[in-house]
Amino acid sequence: MNDLFAKFDPLIQQRQQLLDGGVTDPFNLVMERVESPTVAICNGKRTILLGTYNYMGMTFDPDVIAAGKQALDDFGSGTTGSRVLNGTYAGHRAVEDALKDFYAMDHAMVFSTGYQANLGVISTIAGKDDYIVLDIDSHASIYDGCALGNAQIVPFRHNDVDALEKRLKRIPEGAGKLVVLEGVYSMLGDIAPLKEMVAVCKANGAMVLVDEAHSMGFIGEHGRGVAEAQGVIDDVDFIVGTFSKSVGTVGGFCVSNHPKFEILRLVCRPYVFTASLPPSVVATAATSVRKLMDSADKRAHLWENSKRLHAGLRQLGFTLGTEEPQSAIIAVIMPDLETGAAMWEALLHEGLYVNLARPPATPAGMTLLRCSLCALHSEEQVGEILDMFAAAGRATGCLS
Amino acid sequence: MSDRQQISDQVHALIQPLNKKGIAVTDATRFAQDLEWDSLTVLDFVATIEDEFDVMITMNMQAEIETVGQLIDALVRLTAEK
Repeated sequence: MNDLFAKFDPLIQQRQQLLDGGVTDPFNLVMERVESPTVAICNGKRTILLGTYNYMGMTFDPDVIAAGKQALDDFGSGTTGSRVLNGTYAGHRAVEDALKDFYAMDHAMVFSTGYQANLGVISTIAGKDDYIVLDIDSHASIYDGCALGNAQIVPFRHNDVDALEKRLKRIPEGAGKLVVLEGVYSMLGDIAPLKEMVAVCKANGAMVLVDEAHSMGFIGEHGRGVAEAQGVIDDVDFIVGTFSKSVGTVGGFCVSNHPKFEILRLVCRPYVFTASLPPSVVATAATSVRKLMDSADKRAHLWENSKRLHAGLRQLGFTLGTEEPQSAIIAVIMPDLETGAAMWEALLHEGLYVNLARPPATPAGMTLLRCSLCALHSEEQVGEILDMFAAAGRATGCLS
Repeated sequence: MSDRQQISDQVHALIQPLNKKGIAVTDATRFAQDLEWDSLTVLDFVATIEDEFDVMITMNMQAEIETVGQLIDALVRLTAEK
């Protein structure tokens, strides 16, 4: 018998080598207790959370929790069904209404995860003779959406407006065109030049989908994302987002003003052939989305945190993913995986959790310590975080 | 010099900066196995090729292109179609 797992041997070996070096497994951390959006107990130690995407700190919001408990009592623990059969409860409609209000758009469709939202929308709307033009650094869910469908796929170099335009112009006349962009790219925390890109798309007759997973809730005047901040949200055909970041639960969605949008509910397989979100989840999401509409103070504090951490890490001597803070993600670039893993462990030892990100998830083969800030990180916590980076940097030799 | 030879020279020149192992590149050289390029390196290289020759090589077409020779043949065809 040919062992089908033989293809994973190189990865198994690389992982074993890393662990044999005595490093704690960076991909097997357990949070024993979670005290708040910014603090958990890991390995018995109080740990500041700086890698959770919990940007707006909604996970312990009292109104959100109360809505979830009430829905558990009123509607039970799960729907046991597809959205198109027995899986649409009042709460699913309510959260779609909340999204329509949040984005000021005509239609909203909720999926069971953000991954499925990209998978479903991209694979369904672009057919065999259509073209999808996407940024090379796109999230896996976007690539997987392309792979699930059968459109022609054309990637362009990250955030390069000219490269996008050239590719649009090479597409045969009359073919359908979908351009897929992200507001914030989650590895380096950089934003897209959406103003220029959306203009190029429209000039070349392409529809535009923007994934605003990492910007919802705090970028743009109403927290609608980078497209709002750059004044082009009215020219974006589809916005895809998630409940698992700023909203603080799980689920995904697409909002649009397209007049025929609702037909997707019947033809989109990752929407139809899966169970819908539990009632408690949609209740917490609806409450959270509505509260995010009115969170200008929290948005301002999150930006302060991001600026302070960026400046502080730079001053310590770390190399960062962006010249200026562009989002709530600050990526610290490590020289290699071994140093990155050692630094990750040293930070955990100090009482700080960040994400260790490595190829192929990262661009250009980089190893990153990815930090995502929360609006509920206090000024004192940001100070503590910087002290811990200084100590861990010295302990591992990253800083002299 | 034939079109194929000229295209081949251009392709070889673009491969060289990414030929980290310094292997001898022929028409039979495979991008993934011999040059050991990962998926992102391939995407980046294809983007460079597209702009150099002003052609479109979709990811769907890339699935059929495993060797340097197959890429050159595809470029001969694509540039002739323009």
